[in-house]
Amino acid sequence: MKIIVAIKQVPDRDAQVRIDAAGKWIEETDLQYALNESDAYALEEALQLKEKHGGEVVVVSAGPERVGQTIREALAKGADRGIHIEAEDLGQRDALGVARLLAAAVKPESPDLVLTGLQSEDLGLGQTGVIVAELLGLPHATLILHVEKTDAGLTVKRELEEGWFQTIELPTPAVLTIQSGGNKLRYATLMGIKRAKMKEVRRVTAAELAADGAAVAQLERVSLPQKQKSTQILSGTPKEAAAALVEKLKFEVRVL
Amino acid sequence: MSGVLVVIEDRAGKISRISWEAVAAGQKLATALGLSLSAALIGSQTESLAAETSTKFSGKVIRVEHPLLAHYTADGFTIALHQLIQSESPAYVVFPHTYQVRDYAPALAARLNEVLISDVVAIAEEPAFTRQLLQGRLSGNYRHTGSGPCLVSVQAGAFRADAAAAGSAEVTVFTPTIDAAQIRTKPSEPFRGSSQTVDLGSAQLIVSVGRGIKEAENIPLVQDLATALGAELAASRPICDNGWLPMERQVGSSGQSVAPKLYLAVGISGAIQHLVGMKASQCVVAINKDPDAPIFEIADYGIVGDLFEVVPALTEAIKAAKG
Repeated sequence: MKIIVAIKQVPDRDAQVRIDAAGKWIEETDLQYALNESDAYALEEALQLKEKHGGEVVVVSAGPERVGQTIREALAKGADRGIHIEAEDLGQRDALGVARLLAAAVKPESPDLVLTGLQSEDLGLGQTGVIVAELLGLPHATLILHVEKTDAGLTVKRELEEGWFQTIELPTPAVLTIQSGGNKLRYATLMGIKRAKMKEVRRVTAAELAADGAAVAQLERVSLPQKQKSTQILSGTPKEAAAALVEKLKFEVRVL
Repeated sequence: MSGVLVVIEDRAGKISRISWEAVAAGQKLATALGLSLSAALIGSQTESLAAETSTKFSGKVIRVEHPLLAHYTADGFTIALHQLIQSESPAYVVFPHTYQVRDYAPALAARLNEVLISDVVAIAEEPAFTRQLLQGRLSGNYRHTGSGPCLVSVQAGAFRADAAAAGSAEVTVFTPTIDAAQIRTKPSEPFRGSSQTVDLGSAQLIVSVGRGIKEAENIPLVQDLATALGAELAASRPICDNGWLPMERQVGSSGQSVAPKLYLAVGISGAIQHLVGMKASQCVVAINKDPDAPIFEIADYGIVGDLFEVVPALTEAIKAAKG
């Protein structure tokens, strides 16, 4: 089974973010980056499928130079090789534009399965996998927690809202977007990190993929969210703040 | 191109609340831009849903009907709506941001050479669409620049369902051309996960724990607080993903929706998927080390600090207050 996992490098969850001077995105200098969480689950699912059925796991990611680090991390966890789509202008591309790059890089690989996380932690559009499926003319399923290979293709467990699930049967090749929590994530071993250095990462530029198209939606401005409530901050030492909160719970909220 | 088309979804044979919210958003766009409003229902037997819609809706109701649409499939819905959009040429298509819409609307948009502007929380004139970025830490304003229809999905709770204008609508039927071979996936009937033994929905007091707790070994810290308060213990998704608490204690879009008198969020940053499950709480208290965490946007009271110091102090103070 040849599996391609599309992964994204996103600002680290705990990184302090500041709006940039142009007010169009965040200040990227000195920003810490990490692998998008649901993409980590997609990679884990791919590695487990490979362990069960054999084959190859290829990771693909688009972005500037720094993305190479996230690709190496995926290789250290066990992916066999990587494809780095070099693109400095990811921010100017909409979801369709990014999906076009990924689809163009994936297509010549002719994979049996394409996996990606259901949503990125930065833009949160939650669309890339579905658009890639459409562009490649492949069937897809989203919010997948478990993948089973069958004689006819795949049986997957899909999460629905409010604690409901369903199974879906679909033929391969197919695209799945993976929900977090279906597996336990592995860490890279020392041996894995050592081996990752020897693994192939093929670089391809956005221009070489010739998958451009005009953006049809644009992020024009970012701002701090408006507060929906005026929060009363209880300050002081932990003990003082706790005492102040108990007063509120007793006399204002009346739950004590 | 003209008009605003709202795609309505049903839940167990009834039109879902978020669909009415999408109608309200569509109404807002139609009024602001002077466009007509219509609604689409998709299925194999949409007669009663159309009747329900037409009592609370003043535009045209379109029943998109085909035997192959009896059960949702991404292929079936994409084909049907693609044909409807080509026939009606709406300028805007508004969806409720549900798991189902997330499954097919991006493909539908791509087929139209467009993108879905997803999970929109506000619509300004011009129009500009506001959506949350970086898990709610920033807001982003998006503008549609394509030449085709503008596709938008609206977040649960962002628009008031009762803002949908009442009226009696004209009902028409649209029959798409679908071949069984075009539907490549075979879905099963939905089923419940585990037997839900914890009913957080009726709890009056909830202490909820998030990623800030760092390790499974630290969970007893918040369990002690919940016990002292007489509250149910709940969690955000990552805690349940890690198996530190059972899935049935998860609050959020994929877990339970709660509306207690007190929701005490410990180490929860407040990603959108969590907030939709708890923002109906009467009083929200947040304990978090990050003063910019989105949870503070909806909290009534906040303590900015290290939960490993604040929570034990709070547990002691509550025990003392209760005597």
